Amino acid sequence: MAQALQPLAGTRRRPGARADLLSGAPAVTLLLFLAPVAAGLIGTWLPAFGWFPALGGEAFGTEAWRRLLADPALPGALRLTLTSGLLGTLGALALVLGFVACFHGSPWLTRLRRLMAPLLAVPHAAAAIGLAFLLAPSGWLVRLVSPWATGWERPPDLALIQDPGGLALALALVLKETPFLLLMTLAALEQSNASERLAVARSLGYRPATAWFKTVLPAIYGQIRLPIYAVLAFSLSVVDMALVLAPSTPPPLAVLVFRWFNDPDLAMRFVAAAGATLQFVLVVGAIALWRGAELAIGRLARRWIAGGERGGGGEALLRGAAGGAMALATALSIAALAGMALWALAERWRFPDALPSGWTTRILARQADGLLWSGGTTLLLGLASASIALVLVLGCLENERRRRLRPMSRGLWLLYAPLLVPQVAFLFGVQVLAVVLRIDGTWLALVWSHLLFVLPYVFLALADPYRALDERYERSALCLGASPLRVLLEVKLPMLLRPILVAFAIGFAVSVAQYLPTLFAGSGRFATLTTEAVSLSAGADRRVVAGYAFAQALLPLICFALAVAVPAWAYRDRRGLRGLV
Amino acid sequence: MSAAAPLLRLDAVRLRLRGRPLLGPLSLEVPAGGVATLMGPSGCGKSSLLAHLCGTLDPAFEASGEVWLDGLELTGLPPEQRRVGILFQDDLLFPHLSVAENLAFGLPAGLRDRAARRHRIAEALAEADLADFGERDPATLSGGQRARVALLRTLLSEPRALLLDEPFGKLDVALRDRFRRFVFDHARAGGLPTLMVTHDPFDAEAAGGAIIELSAEGAPESPEATARSRDGRAESGPFAALSGSGQEPVPPRRKPA
Repeated sequence: MAQALQPLAGTRRRPGARADLLSGAPAVTLLLFLAPVAAGLIGTWLPAFGWFPALGGEAFGTEAWRRLLADPALPGALRLTLTSGLLGTLGALALVLGFVACFHGSPWLTRLRRLMAPLLAVPHAAAAIGLAFLLAPSGWLVRLVSPWATGWERPPDLALIQDPGGLALALALVLKETPFLLLMTLAALEQSNASERLAVARSLGYRPATAWFKTVLPAIYGQIRLPIYAVLAFSLSVVDMALVLAPSTPPPLAVLVFRWFNDPDLAMRFVAAAGATLQFVLVVGAIALWRGAELAIGRLARRWIAGGERGGGGEALLRGAAGGAMALATALSIAALAGMALWALAERWRFPDALPSGWTTRILARQADGLLWSGGTTLLLGLASASIALVLVLGCLENERRRRLRPMSRGLWLLYAPLLVPQVAFLFGVQVLAVVLRIDGTWLALVWSHLLFVLPYVFLALADPYRALDERYERSALCLGASPLRVLLEVKLPMLLRPILVAFAIGFAVSVAQYLPTLFAGSGRFATLTTEAVSLSAGADRRVVAGYAFAQALLPLICFALAVAVPAWAYRDRRGLRGLV
Repeated sequence: MSAAAPLLRLDAVRLRLRGRPLLGPLSLEVPAGGVATLMGPSGCGKSSLLAHLCGTLDPAFEASGEVWLDGLELTGLPPEQRRVGILFQDDLLFPHLSVAENLAFGLPAGLRDRAARRHRIAEALAEADLADFGERDPATLSGGQRARVALLRTLLSEPRALLLDEPFGKLDVALRDRFRRFVFDHARAGGLPTLMVTHDPFDAEAAGGAIIELSAEGAPESPEATARSRDGRAESGPFAALSGSGQEPVPPRRKPA
């Protein structure tokens, strides 16, 4: 959020910079979305150390920690959390860096980028459910190779999902985080003269991927560091995907904590709060560890870069592996979506048939009430939080522009705060805050809790295009006698229509994907497609689950399609806007 | 200070960037219809001076001195109230609007009657040989056509002075000559005091008014320049190059750093 959120900087007035609503935008935004994170953390730490008067905790102590550390499920939960979280993050990063290094400048990268935006929009829960339908012993993949290749006439008794090692969860994390990391990496590449660096290295005799790793990666790593940390924090603390794909005895730490928060025995809230705090420490520790590894690898890499090896025959192998892995990952993601659509419309799909033997919309129709009701809640929630986020972000960016504040990279940490702090580590405190404010279980609390996660993504999506708009358009318009408001409404917003709508669509998709915030801030009173899909996935008819999960994936996809189609249609006769945005 | 014809007067204008002197002190008068030219290496603050005159100067700069236009002190006024038109090297036509809508954006809102607005735009287009271009997407016009539309848009906003920020730099040589004449003719016909920033000595020559050469530090070659451009028509007036001809330097007010 950088300087755009700096409420105190740049207070020197210049001619034409009038005090107005706009100058309050950064302060309001900061308060709206950082205060709950801070209050939420404190509101979780206090009960972890015994202070929670509402439940009779009126003295500080370490009783909750003793019970937490004595819990038999904890060691397994920690192991599972670390393996799936680290594997998921490392896998996604290796996939993205390997592919971009080998395919820089190739048309495949452009094609992949086009695919990634819609894949990014698919909510985590839907992706996990789709993957489960694909990988399960009775899933589509097994059906496709049975019985002719495997001889299986019945689903095999294998732990292909919910495996004790957490590999299914790790794979899902790789698939789901790859689009985000790839798009962030491509954005960083655009600001780094990557092509010139590569050209120089190639002319010195370096093979393409070696040249990329030696000259481009060091330049862009700083810019993708925060996104990587966000992926790491998310992977180590995800709940909805883990409920679908991770084993349940023991589950990963975040699921364990979530379960304790919902325990009918209210005394377990203290243990849950301690567990949530442990989750926070775990993520902070993992990020610190990652930072340490960065430094160590950076030191070794310096020697490697200075060593002068140009890269040899291994490159072809790397290219094949990176291309193959990316193709496989993309195919799996798409097949997961397609499989959900098939299941939602299947009448009968006996094992081991490759396709359903009958089709029907009857099962969907039977769920129409539930689908419409939870779908409507999802839609309203997404529209409300994305609209509010958009207005706040536009206010911040316009304020930054008018007061000529310089974006500052350190301020980005503020923006990333809600993405780096595990949700389960502070949402309980947010719920307590909502109770204190008497808004728990209301739309207000619900929209607000979504806003915490929607706002950073909307800002990330909009800041670059907004700042990149040639300032002289604004100056020309002002000198033609237009007021700043008119310049904003008639020149800047229309010119930025596409990035604005795309940012809105991203915010909408983020809101649709929220699971824990909906449950905590809504006090369980609101059902969205996400909460329904996840709770149904624990055992309902696969065709019903597919209906919810597919609807959940469909909403953001429609929003994205509109965000691309509306400007394309509105500006079909405006060639100048095609290259510009 | 005569208010009869617009007159642009800069009085000891200085720009500083984070406390470091960048440009000036510069004093200058441009009469109605006259074209004064500022020349100098990049980074000497020419464009910043124009931004200061339109009120869009980045607050990282500090400006002092007075800018008078038409009997009105400009510093302190927001850009949209200054009635100072500016043309850049790029035409900066709004890509989401048609040619006619771009021109309509420039027309003052005070002209309410829609037929009258349309008429003014059609008139302007016809006069620039662009009669049938109103509904066109600006991106489909040639560079020369876009440049003319940009000038029309500025003129329709009824400015009292015109600033040119290397406006001919991107046009090829043949076009440059014609467009230059087009701009200067319109500035003269409208009686607009015009201040141009350029690298191109031919621009300066064609402008025919005072030429102020700025050094790398942004100070006029003579420590304090007071140029009085009379009529732009003279081939090379007594002030064609302050450093060259017999212009007497005014004693400096500040000690050279």
